[in-house]
Amino acid sequence: MNKLIVSLSPHVHSGDSISRNMYLVIIALVPALLCSFISFGIGAIITTAISVASCVFFEWAINKFCMKNKNCTVCDGSAILTGLLLAFNLPSNIAPWIIVIGAFFAIGVVKMTFGGLGCNLFNPALAGRAFLLISFPVAMTTWPVPGQGFGTYLDAKTGATPLALMQEMFKSGDLTKLPEVEDMLLGNTGGCLGEVCALAILLGGIFLLWKKVITWHIPVSIICTVFVISGLLWIINPVIFSNPVAEIFSGGLMLGAVFMATDYVTSPMSAKGQLVFGVAIGFLTIIIRIFGAYPEGMSFAILIMNAFVPLINSKFKPTRFGEVSTK
Amino acid sequence: MKKLKSSLTNMLSVLTVISVVAGCVLAYVNSVTAPQIEKINADNLAAGIKAVMGSDDIQVSEPKEVEDFTVYEITENDTPLGTAVVTVNKNGFGGPLKVLVGFDKKGTILGYTLLEHAETPGLGAKAGDWFQKDGKGSIIGMNPGENNFTVSKDGGDVDAITASTITSRAFLAAIQNAYDKVIKPQDGVSGATPQANN
Amino acid sequence: MNNIKVLLNGIIKENPTFVLLLGMCPTLGTTSSAFNGMSMGLATMAVLIVSNLIISLIKKLIPDMVRIPSYIVVIASLVTVLQMLIKAYAPEVDKSLGLFIPLIVVNCIILGRAEAFAAKNNPIASIFDGIGIGLGFTIALTCLGAARELLGTGAIFGQTLWGEDYGMLMFVLAPGAFLALGYLIVVFNKIFKKA
Repeated sequence: MNKLIVSLSPHVHSGDSISRNMYLVIIALVPALLCSFISFGIGAIITTAISVASCVFFEWAINKFCMKNKNCTVCDGSAILTGLLLAFNLPSNIAPWIIVIGAFFAIGVVKMTFGGLGCNLFNPALAGRAFLLISFPVAMTTWPVPGQGFGTYLDAKTGATPLALMQEMFKSGDLTKLPEVEDMLLGNTGGCLGEVCALAILLGGIFLLWKKVITWHIPVSIICTVFVISGLLWIINPVIFSNPVAEIFSGGLMLGAVFMATDYVTSPMSAKGQLVFGVAIGFLTIIIRIFGAYPEGMSFAILIMNAFVPLINSKFKPTRFGEVSTK
Repeated sequence: MKKLKSSLTNMLSVLTVISVVAGCVLAYVNSVTAPQIEKINADNLAAGIKAVMGSDDIQVSEPKEVEDFTVYEITENDTPLGTAVVTVNKNGFGGPLKVLVGFDKKGTILGYTLLEHAETPGLGAKAGDWFQKDGKGSIIGMNPGENNFTVSKDGGDVDAITASTITSRAFLAAIQNAYDKVIKPQDGVSGATPQANN
Repeated sequence: MNNIKVLLNGIIKENPTFVLLLGMCPTLGTTSSAFNGMSMGLATMAVLIVSNLIISLIKKLIPDMVRIPSYIVVIASLVTVLQMLIKAYAPEVDKSLGLFIPLIVVNCIILGRAEAFAAKNNPIASIFDGIGIGLGFTIALTCLGAARELLGTGAIFGQTLWGEDYGMLMFVLAPGAFLALGYLIVVFNKIFKKA
């Protein structure tokens, strides 16, 4: 029996639903996806296809055989989105079986073990990436150099990412080898699929803001924090710290700020909470980038803050509809 | 028998008796095992040095300090065989790398073992195997005086560990440094000029 | 109580790792391979059996108010003896477990069994309890070690099944320990716990 009784009709449905938002995010990812196809050729297409297919398969299989769930959660698009985002976090020359393991970890362990969409504590795609990075460090840190023609896949030539170069310079105190910021904006640097072209990510982010799928709080607070902290460090010692603009456009920062940290399930609900969340992510990212054993800190920073979301939510509750502020 | 009451005398005496008995047992076991443990510790060092010198039948001198290095002179049947050096480089990816490396009289590398490191597992931590005889970037048989002891990316003769250039550089620098400061100043080095100056 | 029942109780119904979740530090820290897990389990079992026996024998002599310090002295002496023996006669085990052997002293399983079982039962039953709990711990640690070794390095007890290149390194490291333990508990409960 339905105990939820609402007021008299007529009602207007806003058209908002899980699948609508998921598909809007997928549309927003298209420019970055195209960019990665142009940069890395067929390898990027194969990687994306395998990742999406295996994510959808595991979602379906676990629903069907382990959870005995009648509802088909495949159609809401969340598994497709996880697959896309996971692919965005991988190098284009990675072996297919590694992608399948990553997809299994993302969907099977991080999402479905906790009860499926809405119950997962961590962002599945990011957790999948972190798992692969720790488990297969060699495959996950040999990034192909872009622009090698369309046919390159497993045999692609590899090179260091801008962030690896930065950390190397931090250790050796030599800042000359840093790629130009324009190259990072347009995708002419090494890296995983989704992190090479910052401009395309920004385009997708603007689309999401326009469609009101995400709010500005998380991305802006992350980017500003990174800019301010790295700017301060750069002013203190420009010899060993790279400049803040380069920090912002390098690595997965844009991708993480726009698409990963804003995931509904694993980010705080209220605007204030989101600001706290974003600032903390930006701070952790810089700390890990400079002092950590891995060059990129974005994914770990978001995962760490994911764990704090319940705490942030209990501190910064969203105002209830109709509630009067008691100040 | 009834359980003892928790009076002060009872508690004191019971604890004392237990402690004394425990102390006696420990003293006895220690007296039995101590010589054995000492022997094993000595064997471990000797085995490490034997492994890096590639020979079983050797005598090891008392360690001496040369600048920051710990140096062991090795002789085989009263003829000098070479030198084993403990060398440290602070520029590893995760912190200092400590390497025990064996040179023969001419400065050719006989073997090495990684004593301490804090490199990333699966990446830099591979240095323990990578540069060994069967490893992909073997340095055994090379001579820091004759070979260019830097990674191939920097124009050297050694293949760096995949995706761990920084560790490889630190590792090679540690050995080059040991060669420059310890082996080369000794007499009888074949007069080769080191090409690597990083 | 029937001694066989006591034995099985330690392995299944009160399995220290999968049911009581005691002694997590050695469980997570030493199980990077099946051999390490098994060695740790056996070392703990040895201490557990002897400490259960001694405490059960002297339980009447110990005043209640100083029982915990007395137990700890007994256990600590046993662990130190064990550590010296391992150092002297099994240097390989010492190399891989070194730091964790002294930590057996503060393993709550041992003090827990001393307090909960040996102090209330006769010496024979206490020995059986020590064997049961010790076996339960050993089996759990061996399973966990085997799972981590298999997934992490593609080998089991050092026997390579598939290449190390296909191993998921995370399972050898700390996060993998938590993950593998969690899933093993799921499997254990699925098999033995009747809902």
